[in-house]
Amino acid sequence: MTVNEAVTALGLTLLCGDGDREITGVYVGDLLSRCMSRVEEGCLWITIMSNINAVAVAALTDPACIIFAEDVEVEDEVLQRARSNDITIAQSTQDAYALCVAYHNACGDLS
Amino acid sequence: MDELSLYVLDITMNSVRAGADTIGITLDEAGKWLDFSVSDNGCGMTEEQVKRLSDPFFTTRKTRKVGLGIPFLTMLAEMTGGFVRITSVHESVSDDHGTTTYARFGRNHIDFIPLGDMVETVLTLIQGSPDINFTYTHKTESGTVSLSCEELRAILEDVPLNEPEVLAWIRENLREQYAALASESNR
Repeated sequence: MTVNEAVTALGLTLLCGDGDREITGVYVGDLLSRCMSRVEEGCLWITIMSNINAVAVAALTDPACIIFAEDVEVEDEVLQRARSNDITIAQSTQDAYALCVAYHNACGDLS
Repeated sequence: MDELSLYVLDITMNSVRAGADTIGITLDEAGKWLDFSVSDNGCGMTEEQVKRLSDPFFTTRKTRKVGLGIPFLTMLAEMTGGFVRITSVHESVSDDHGTTTYARFGRNHIDFIPLGDMVETVLTLIQGSPDINFTYTHKTESGTVSLSCEELRAILEDVPLNEPEVLAWIRENLREQYAALASESNR
């Protein structure tokens, strides 16, 4: 599934970045120091930490897309930094559990 | 990094990389805050560098483009109602150069993370940099634990501090000091 397909299936809002990238997995986490070692290249990373440090963690780990869940506020500076570092960011009103379930179901529909 | 001691280690390693030969680590949790500071006489930073410390896309390291030590520490401190303050004098400005990192955490805040094992943290530092004069002071409600590498070196003369027997003795000594505090607070 690509990021664009996930955006449609999960009802996300794509805020910036590359929607054509293929998603290879999912990681959920908010403790950024841990995410630094656990977020895998190409995954969807679902978090509520919508700050510039999260963008820095993504710059190190290269997920396909960060999803800021639970409608957390995303400041302009965060998006600017994401754009200049080629990080893809989407936003959702749903929580991480609901997003995981929706992603799982969407994967089933595709196969 | 879900223990504060790992942050103390991380910040102190910055001092080691800055070429310091004297590094003071203090912890104070006698009140409602946990305060820690790391002071060194390393090369220091320019005003411009200090200003950019909270930006995770700023690092002096050449191996990767992101530095998260200070940003994570700041985030963690602010989440518990505290703060991080860094003062530094660059070697080009004064012979009295060095950096002090001061961090305050709300001990009773729900997002406060445990301190972790300070004894092993101090030992890791001494083992990795036996020639640096570390001083360690940990003040608690029931008393103070302290260690001075300079004093140890005066007694040991030419024996390096990272000899296994010396490290074992330091570990034992610190553990005894902490045990004495624990029994004091239980009285």
